[in-house]
This record gives sequence, structure tokens and C-alpha cells, in this order.
Amino acid sequence: MDATISFRDVRLGFEEGEIVHELSFEVYPRETLVLLGETGTGKTLSLKMAAGLMRPQQGEVEVLGRRVSEMPEKALLAFRREIGFVFQEGALFDSLTVEENVAYRLREEHVAEDEIEPRVREALRFVELEHAIDLVPSELSGGMRRRVSIARALITRPPIVLYDSPTAGLDPVTAQTIIALILRLRDTYGVTALLATHRLQDGFALANFYFDAATNRVLPNSKRSAGKVETDSNTRFAVLRDGKVFFEGTTEEMATVKDPYLKRFLV
Amino acid sequence: MRREIVAEQEHVADTPLQGTGKEPPPSEVVREASIYEILLGSAKEAVLRVQEYSYLAAQSVANIFSRPHYVQDTLDQMDSIGVGSLPIVLLTGFFIGAVMVLQTASQFVRFGQTSLTGDAVALALVRELGPTLTSLLVTGRCASGIASELGSMLVTEQVDAMRAMGTDPSRKLVTPRVVATVLVVPLLTTMSDFIGLVGGCVAAVFSLRLGVVQFWTRAIDALEFSDIMQGMMKSIVFAFILSTVGCYKGLTVRGGTQGVGRSTTQAVVISSVLIIVADTFLTKLALYLANKIF
Repeated sequence: MDATISFRDVRLGFEEGEIVHELSFEVYPRETLVLLGETGTGKTLSLKMAAGLMRPQQGEVEVLGRRVSEMPEKALLAFRREIGFVFQEGALFDSLTVEENVAYRLREEHVAEDEIEPRVREALRFVELEHAIDLVPSELSGGMRRRVSIARALITRPPIVLYDSPTAGLDPVTAQTIIALILRLRDTYGVTALLATHRLQDGFALANFYFDAATNRVLPNSKRSAGKVETDSNTRFAVLRDGKVFFEGTTEEMATVKDPYLKRFLV
Repeated sequence: MRREIVAEQEHVADTPLQGTGKEPPPSEVVREASIYEILLGSAKEAVLRVQEYSYLAAQSVANIFSRPHYVQDTLDQMDSIGVGSLPIVLLTGFFIGAVMVLQTASQFVRFGQTSLTGDAVALALVRELGPTLTSLLVTGRCASGIASELGSMLVTEQVDAMRAMGTDPSRKLVTPRVVATVLVVPLLTTMSDFIGLVGGCVAAVFSLRLGVVQFWTRAIDALEFSDIMQGMMKSIVFAFILSTVGCYKGLTVRGGTQGVGRSTTQAVVISSVLIIVADTFLTKLALYLANKIF
């Protein structure tokens, strides 16, 4: 099976030194790869390179069969419409309303106005923020902004969604809401996702729970109906350290690591 | 015993995410850079910035000739830059005109030629003070506004979000601002020139006891087509400078919100200096062209 996203020996550095150093990993269709790592290990840079927002100095980045690392900016602009990007702080346009933020891509693509409204409402209903449609970002809480950002990313139903620390700086309850949304997006639309985080519990939640469409609730994998695997093999972990993949493995492998560095994430 | 505890502490972090487990880098002997290397480095950086600015300025113009166009954004900017700057431009224009009359009249009085005041004020306003002062006022108000707005968008990742959604920021953010400024600054200059003459007329009537008709007749007779063209040409160039510098400084902010403040100040300072320097060369060019063509 061909990988949806693949990084091969990617290097990227700035004046202060090389941040990403021989980074290689692959994400397969409908899979969620959780990129774990401390601050400054290159998680955000990896996501930005996957979306073509930054160019590696060496190595190859291939997404959806296209070599993103070599595409000119004009081709990238068109290509990025197939990717949803949820930024760390939401990155909503603060001069636009929630409705205008979510509808931004549709208006850029000149979708008919009478088609835009139901699609925006549907996306906002998905993140349970339909009532906030006329508010501006400054009137929203941190968690609401991330939810609007998720709605904005999913409005065109992209096959790939990149999440940059979606729960950073949020209280545990709001963080759970965001993770539940990511689960829902994964299990409803089957998106391939790359999720950067420094919280292992986010990754475990993604691996051990699923969204049950029948009951409209997030349930543990053990409650899945017969015939389905108990643990979700669609979630894998990659721990970044010093700009490269230090560990890559499944949920069980991650939960039973012996390495003292990795064990710190489990505390 | 004490040494053992210290060694232990180096390997145990307070939080699971704090320690890197990294060995400290081996100490290197850092050679101090020579003055020649420092100067060369600064010169290279300056050339790089000029190159980046030139590319952005050229791109902002090139975008006009291909799709997509952001007409609504351009109109919004025209409203914000043009209509928003109108009160201060008119107010200062009026008083500059009045002050010019008072200053020039104090010299003309010595030769008993106060009637020439209208000529002097009209020429000075239309050729020089109108475009320069209007552009400097718009710089203070809008180059800073553009730099801080784009800078804030950059540090809050809104510019990246725009790129991530398939929009070219130079088309969506830069070109509408440059086009709007280039369209409205000549209009503002024209209004400032007129209001300046009205201010001059008021000062002439009340302070020099000149007649209204006499002032306006002399002012209008003194002006030639080349004078108006010179003023318009200057205001178009100044508008291009202030808008592109504002956009460039905004989109190259480094260092968070503090960097936004620094870039905003730099945008105003650099635009103002460039406008005054460009003014000298444009005046020379305009006078040369006026002799050749008109």
C-alpha cells in the first residue's frame, strides 16, 4: 500500500542550527500518526513541510503521490486545498466572523452563496458551535477557536488533516472535547491525519476510543461490536528527538517501552 | 556524597517533558569575527533585504495582470486608507496653506509685492508640499497600520493559515493595499492642494488684506499643466513606496509582538526617508521633463 504522506531523510535548519535532521516516516491511508516530542524537536516544522508551507533543505516530502518538496508555490496553492490544517492557536482570521472564517475556502473557490450557508452550518454543527456563527474570534474561548479551526479545516472534506498541538494550552475537559472531535472526524470521514502533540494522553485517547455513529458517542474500543479489532491499529506513534524519529510503533509498543527517555512521556 | 546528588539531579528532570537527556555540547573555541567579516555580513544582509523588498514590490504589480483579483479587499482598503485619512489630510492642508501665505508674505512685504503670494503658495503646494505632506501623513497613519496588521497576522499564523487554504498572501494582502494606496493618495493630494489654497486665501484676505479674486486669479495663472503632473507623479510614487514598505515590514516581522512594534516603527521611518529622498530625484526629473515636453 502506498503511503499518503512520506518523509525521506528530510533536513531543515535555521541560523541557530539544524532542527530537523534526517527525518523519515510514513503515514498510510486512513491512519493517524501521532508525532510526539518536546518543544523544539521539529513537530510543527514537519507539519508545515507536509503542507508545503516550508521547504526542506534536503530530502523528499511526498503527499498524495506528489513531491511537495519540489513543487513551485503556485502549484502548492492549488494542492493545499486537499489538506486541512488545524493550527496551534487556531489561526482564525480575526477580522472575519466565524461564518466567514469557515466559509473562507468555499468563497475562494467561488462556490454559489446558497450552497455555502448549509455547508457552513453543517461544519459548525459538527463541532457543536452552530450558535456562534455570527461571532468574531475575539468573542470565542480558546477551545471554541480550535473547534472553529477544525470546522474550517473540514469544510472542503480534505482527505488529509494536519493537527498542530490541538490541545496545547487547554484545560483537560476542553482538551477531551477537541480529541473527541478529532476521533469523530476520523471515524466519520475516514481522514488520514498527522497529529503533533506533546501530550501522550491525546495519542492514547485516539488509539483506544472510537466514535460510534449509532449512539453519537465516543466509546472505548473494547465496546466495539464483534468482528472488529479491540485496539485501533489505525493509530501509530512516532516520537521525535533531536529532529529525527527516535521511536516508531503501535499503541501497545508505546505503552510498554523500556527506554528511560520514552518512559518520561508515560508518566 | 554531595557530588553524587548533583550528578543525579542532572539526569532527573522535574517534569517528564523537561529533560532532554542530551549531553552538554563539547565546549568549542569561538573565534571572534573580524570587522571585515562583520561589515561583509551586514552588507550581504542589506542586499538581501533590498532584493526581498524589490521582489515583493514587483510581485504586487505583477499580480494585477493575472487572476484572481480581490476587488472587495481593494475597495475596503481604499475606504480605510482614503476616507479614513481625509480629515487629517484636509486639516493639515488648510493650515499649511495658511502658514505658507504668512511666511511668504513676510518676505514679499519687504519688496511691496504681497500680490505675488498667490503664485508662490500655489506653486509650492501643488509641486511640493501637497504630495509630500499628504504622503507623509498617510505614511504615519497607514504604513504603520499596514505593517502592524500584517505583522500581527504573521505572528498569529494567519498568513500561514491563508497559504494553507490555497490563497497567495501577496495577492490577497499586498496587492489590494498597494493598488488602493496608489489610487487614493493622488486624490487626497488633489484635495489637500485645493484646501491648502483655501487656507492660503483665508490667511491672505484676513492678514494681508488681499482680495479673494486677486489671490485665486494669481494662484491659478501661476500653475501650469506640468506643475500638476509633477505633483501627481510624485504622489503616485510616494504611495507606492509607503504601501510596499508597510507590507514588506509587516510580512517580515521577527520576534513576536515586540517584533510587530519594531517593524511598525521601521515602516514609518523607512517610508518617510525614502519619500523625501525620492522627492529630490523626482523634482529633478520633473523639471527636466517639463523643459523637454511642455
